[in-house]
Amino acid sequence: MSTEGADAGDAGDAEDGFIELDGVEKVFDVRRRARGGAGAGAGGEARGGARRGIGRLRREKHQVRAVDGISFRVPRGEMVGYIGPNGAGKSTTIKMLTGILTPSGGRLSVAGIDPSRERTRLARHIGVVFGQRTTLWWDLPLIDSYRLMHRMYRIPDARFRANLERCVELLDLAELLDVPVRQLSLGQRMRGDIAAALLHDPAILYLDEPTIGLDVISKAKVRDFLRNLNAERGTTVLLTTHDLTDIEQLCKRVMVIDHGRLLYDGGLAGLHEIGRSERTLVVDLEQELPPIELPGARPVRTEGPRQWLAFPATESAAPLVARIAADYPLVDLSVREPDIETVIAKMYVDRSAV
Amino acid sequence: MRLYIAVAAGGFRRYATYRVATFAGVFTNTVFGYIMAYTYMALWDQRPRLGGYDLPEALTYVWLGQALLATCAMMGGGFESELIERIRTGDVAVDLYRPADLQLWWLAVDLGRAAFHLLGRGIVPMVLGSFVFELALPADPLTWLAFLVAVTLGVVVSFAIRFLVALSAFWLMDGAGAAQMALLAGLFFSGMLLPLPVFPGALGEVAAVLPWSSLLQIPADVLLGKHTGWDLAAAYAFQAGWAVALLAAGRVLQSVATRRVVVQGG
Amino acid sequence: MESRAEGASAETSADLPERWIPRSSRRAAVRDGLRAYGLIVAMWVRSTMTYRASFVMTALGNFAVTAFDFVTILLMFAHVDSLGGYALPEIAFLYGTSATAFGLADLLLGPMGRLGSRVRDGTLDTLLLRPVPVLAQVAADRFALRRVGRLGQGVLVLVYSLAALDLDWTPVRVLMLPMMVISGAVIFGAVFVAGAAFQFWAQDASEVQNSFTYGGQTLLQYPPTVFSKDLVRGVTFVVPLAFVNWMPALYVLGREDPLGLPDAVAFLPPLVAVVCCALAGLAWRAGLRAYRSTGS
Repeated sequence: MSTEGADAGDAGDAEDGFIELDGVEKVFDVRRRARGGAGAGAGGEARGGARRGIGRLRREKHQVRAVDGISFRVPRGEMVGYIGPNGAGKSTTIKMLTGILTPSGGRLSVAGIDPSRERTRLARHIGVVFGQRTTLWWDLPLIDSYRLMHRMYRIPDARFRANLERCVELLDLAELLDVPVRQLSLGQRMRGDIAAALLHDPAILYLDEPTIGLDVISKAKVRDFLRNLNAERGTTVLLTTHDLTDIEQLCKRVMVIDHGRLLYDGGLAGLHEIGRSERTLVVDLEQELPPIELPGARPVRTEGPRQWLAFPATESAAPLVARIAADYPLVDLSVREPDIETVIAKMYVDRSAV
Repeated sequence: MRLYIAVAAGGFRRYATYRVATFAGVFTNTVFGYIMAYTYMALWDQRPRLGGYDLPEALTYVWLGQALLATCAMMGGGFESELIERIRTGDVAVDLYRPADLQLWWLAVDLGRAAFHLLGRGIVPMVLGSFVFELALPADPLTWLAFLVAVTLGVVVSFAIRFLVALSAFWLMDGAGAAQMALLAGLFFSGMLLPLPVFPGALGEVAAVLPWSSLLQIPADVLLGKHTGWDLAAAYAFQAGWAVALLAAGRVLQSVATRRVVVQGG
Repeated sequence: MESRAEGASAETSADLPERWIPRSSRRAAVRDGLRAYGLIVAMWVRSTMTYRASFVMTALGNFAVTAFDFVTILLMFAHVDSLGGYALPEIAFLYGTSATAFGLADLLLGPMGRLGSRVRDGTLDTLLLRPVPVLAQVAADRFALRRVGRLGQGVLVLVYSLAALDLDWTPVRVLMLPMMVISGAVIFGAVFVAGAAFQFWAQDASEVQNSFTYGGQTLLQYPPTVFSKDLVRGVTFVVPLAFVNWMPALYVLGREDPLGLPDAVAFLPPLVAVVCCALAGLAWRAGLRAYRSTGS
């Protein structure tokens, strides 16, 4: 724990671990009958843990390890993707990082603060955006929500004005400030929410599904803004999402969690390797033919004269292409890089097979 | 018909899942029953035959009120908030194109709910009340049966009123105002505050012929054996008459509303 | 400057359990809480006022529904001259003090009864992310201005009773009046907070709370002579609602206490209110701690 004395507010010196987790655990006691869901709240998380830990269960109190010993460090100014399937423990982790939940074990420090002990102090240094849950005031003009933040966070006037101006400009909010929030579109509301989370200059921004349900243009706007925020302000960003394009476009580093454990922590490229993923060769033939059978390639899909063949990402495509060109009436072909979605899906499959 | 039975069963099951809420409701009904019973005792202590009831009958009336409060939805709180919400959001258009009839559908749901509330929230407070107070509960099973018929008719009348209230949301900005008026009228004219015969002069006479008397006053009088023979038939006819009239009004309003939805394209 | 001071305190408080809070910062938390409460209430009032017509209607409805309690009493008095040995103005005094105290608590803290639904749908979490006390935010959550209707009818009945009562208004009796209303509101407020805290464990049980709040104020609208002694003992010594108005009001009305307690009991409400607040605060803290360790 090197950050003990680090000042959370405006300290410019980049510490190694701005966010630090050391063997963090969260164990829930779940009382549940054999039949039916766990109910609201952390139900999603609990289900994941239950599947892993206990399997078929009786109608007794049992323990669910929603987060099962996670350790990582995020330096100041990094933008990290935090992904995993529903119930993997993502939001439990975020809730511990924000101080909402008290961890059952391990050590946790965010900007030098122990979140669960000093939740309200930490609140001044973090911003949180929930994609599916607005914190804006439904019936009031957007600007009113910002004015509330101004006073609730006791943001100095000048700083508030500057931050608001900047957000309004970059997030294109000028026209929306006087519109009641209920009249905003989903994309507009999301931009409004992001601005609301940033008015107090948080050093860390947690984003939970920030692009969910948005159209392509809104997604692009949100991503541009986040990239800019991270680059110019050095805001540390932790992003959970189902839309892996978010990760591909924004994050150099990604962490994959499942069943409460960290499966992967590293760069995007490394994720591809770890996934032992395959590349795909898309072949257009002159006519419809039965799937091409060749050693070192695996037919994936056939659609009329077009066929998809998977081959190991570590191999070169050249020999395979030569063989096909020799044996089949070839019109066109292209090589597709593995998309991250497939890689991660494969990781989950591999892991649960173990 | 089979469809509506299934819908009613669904309504029953849905409320049956709220176990803690049911327990909490029973608790509240019991507490209010105790408080009201004592105030009635103070009143009947001075006027022993007030409204034609003796004290055990008056106390039975109190506990019946608690038992039927949720069942006959005297304070609202059934399907109507959901229907109003569907009208407000326009989802009701989907319901109107369904093969099932809107009014019958919701009636089935509400009957299912009422059946659960009668069992789940009606019986326990009554039993608890009978431990502490001397009640005038009939021994004759036929009286209980007659009572159940009256309660069923009461639920239908209550439904018909609330259906009208909910449909008003087609024309009013939000149904809150109409629902509120209905709540006030229901509480006052059902006899929830005091038995209607205790209301002074003309107020009591007017209250007795309004539809809300079907919700508590009539079922209670049936259980207390105040209506027998032809008098019982007349009481049923009164309830059924209001039920038919109000359901018919609901149908008219529903068809007007349907035309409106169709014209607006949903 | 400020952030440096915070950094220093972080070092010292890092090893202390959360419960340990220095007195000065506790006072600051109360101040922060009240300020946040005011800010959030103002937002809700403005939201309400965007639907002005709806507000007027619901406020009137709230007035009418709650006034039914008094209408019931009036209907009773159409047949009798006294109830439990109390005349109408005296019962109106009990009703007025109970309804006014409760109306204040209900207006200011009533929405806390909805905490369970916030726990259930997970929106409580957003309140835990703000740098102000959660209690203040929950108390202000969905502040419903229409509840002035209830308060209004309570005040009206109280005013009527003061005009109709034939009492010798000594200074002590006059002072009893604000003391009763304020202490009563605080006692009811404590019940609201304790009830909300209970909902951290049982989210669907908000109606149990209604038994103590709405049920309690209905009880207090009638003279204690109406009820059995056991019930009166219960609301004196177990859930101390009798201190909201019965004990002090009996003194003001010059009536005998049915439990035969000494006169001094009439002056206890402020003390009882403070004790209730402390207990409610403990319950709240325990509830919040339980929530933060279970997340549901």
